Amino acid sequence: MTNLPPDIWQPVWLTVELAVITTVILLIVGTPIAWWLSRSKAAWKEGVAAVVAMPLVLPPTVLGFYLLVLMGPDGPGGALASLWGGRTLAFTFGGLVFGSVIYSMPFVVQPIRNAFDAIGDRPLEVAATLRASPLKAFWTVAVPLARPGFLAGAVLGFAHTVGEFGIVLMIGGNIPGRTKVLSVAIYDYVETSQWREANILAGGMAAFAFVVILTMMMLEKRTARIRQ
Amino acid sequence: MRAISPRSIRGEFRGRLGGFALDASFCVPATGITGLFGPSGCGKSTVLRCLAGLQHLPGSLCEVDGDVWQDDATFLKPHQRPIGYVFQEASLFQHLTVKANLLYGAPRGDAGAAAGAIGFDEVIELLGLVRLLDRAPRNLSGGERQRVAIGRALLSQPKLLLMDEPLSALDRLTKDEILPFLERLHARLSLPVIYVSHDMTEIERLADHLILMRAGGVIGVGPLSEVQSNPALPLATARDAAVNVDAVAESYDPGYGLLTLRIDGGRLLVPSPPMQPGERRRIRIGAGDVSLARAAPQATSILNALSARIVTTSPVGPNEMLVVLALGADGNGARLLARVTRRSWDQLQLAEGLDLFAQVKGVALAPERGLAGELTK
Repeated sequence: MTNLPPDIWQPVWLTVELAVITTVILLIVGTPIAWWLSRSKAAWKEGVAAVVAMPLVLPPTVLGFYLLVLMGPDGPGGALASLWGGRTLAFTFGGLVFGSVIYSMPFVVQPIRNAFDAIGDRPLEVAATLRASPLKAFWTVAVPLARPGFLAGAVLGFAHTVGEFGIVLMIGGNIPGRTKVLSVAIYDYVETSQWREANILAGGMAAFAFVVILTMMMLEKRTARIRQ
Repeated sequence: MRAISPRSIRGEFRGRLGGFALDASFCVPATGITGLFGPSGCGKSTVLRCLAGLQHLPGSLCEVDGDVWQDDATFLKPHQRPIGYVFQEASLFQHLTVKANLLYGAPRGDAGAAAGAIGFDEVIELLGLVRLLDRAPRNLSGGERQRVAIGRALLSQPKLLLMDEPLSALDRLTKDEILPFLERLHARLSLPVIYVSHDMTEIERLADHLILMRAGGVIGVGPLSEVQSNPALPLATARDAAVNVDAVAESYDPGYGLLTLRIDGGRLLVPSPPMQPGERRRIRIGAGDVSLARAAPQATSILNALSARIVTTSPVGPNEMLVVLALGADGNGARLLARVTRRSWDQLQLAEGLDLFAQVKGVALAPERGLAGELTK
């Protein structure tokens, strides 16, 4: 039995890093968006909702292409990169994070928005009549009550970031240690007929997905029991 | 410049909400319980939401006990108003225990310990919540939930308690379980309350003052018995019209089981379990239970014949007259209603201003009202 290539775990750690950072950013950015979509009475809010949801239906290559244009040397991403002496955001880890945030956005925003919708106005009105400022009401009432939505959003956002392939290839390329994530690595191994390595990574991912989802479900069940 | 009157609650709320027009103005004392009564859909809850700031109708006015909560230049948000609000459904926070719910709006530190503050122990004792503190809201009965909601509102140390049909979602038995708690609140705390209801029996048991609403407007405001006995208002002309009078026990005759009650302008004998002299109760005298006599009745089985004066009268339907009476020889006492046939009215040659005797056939004594009851008039 030949030894595994020494760099086989590198894409795994890179992928975990990417998914963790993306999920954290999405929770920070997505929560106010979800709140606004849930509470605003603006007529154009469904337009914003549609824009947020677009990655659900766009082919990853289309999204990847536009992200590439956006982040390339001639786009705003290039201008941004020049601030620290770079030429482009494409083919960097930062670019990958940016792209992941965009295409995983609906998977985080949608469950959180649904959870906020499900709370309704009443608990927040009650909080207001108990002297809670809108900010306090949000943190002490809306967020705890929407917790299943946050949990679902975080899991979906994380998993979807781990699993994305098309966009990563378009904007990240395949640079080992910088942008070569798991899905691309599996593709590479298959391309070069290293089926055993592909199998290890793919099987590991399947096991990982199973464990994450099972853990989340059991966590939720336990908290539901504690609350009773 | 309009004078802001302390010790009163003034609301002038006008505006359109969808297809509904509200134009409700009232001024009631900032003491005791004020009932806000009217049929479903007349705008009672909207008025209450306006008082709380949950509904913003521009151009309206709201002043409570000398403080402006809303005028053309001011609009305090709900969390800036010192109110407690009890909704129709208890609306407890599902993610918190009963205790955490109760303490959610309670001021921390010094503010919570301020003189005159409503104490935690007092509230859980008053509302019977001691055994429930560690429970989760979903494991409580409807009545228990509503008691927690009332306690939660009280512990936020409000200067005004707003209650939006707090009993209407509950069944008869549960209502009867909560009403005594509300009466004890009324007796023990000096907090002014606005109590919305479409159930007159709740109003009769609790309210000191009444705001009567119909179709988005206020048609009558005043002390409960005054609004009840105003023949221009629908309460007095209703089939089951009645007046509530606050009474004090004077003496008890254990031989016959009869209680002597003193009311403003007279005394009543009522069959009752024993009561301590000085105890206060609210009684209800229906218009159908009062008959009129020109001379002091003799040889009658009716216990109570009180001297009274006819204040005003109005015909009800084709064959009856509604008579408003003031008790006492000088006609300055409590108001009563009597319903007599037009034939009797003519045969007895009754007229406004006439002194006569009101025979009271039946008196309903409200159940015990708290301990240190005070007459809030």
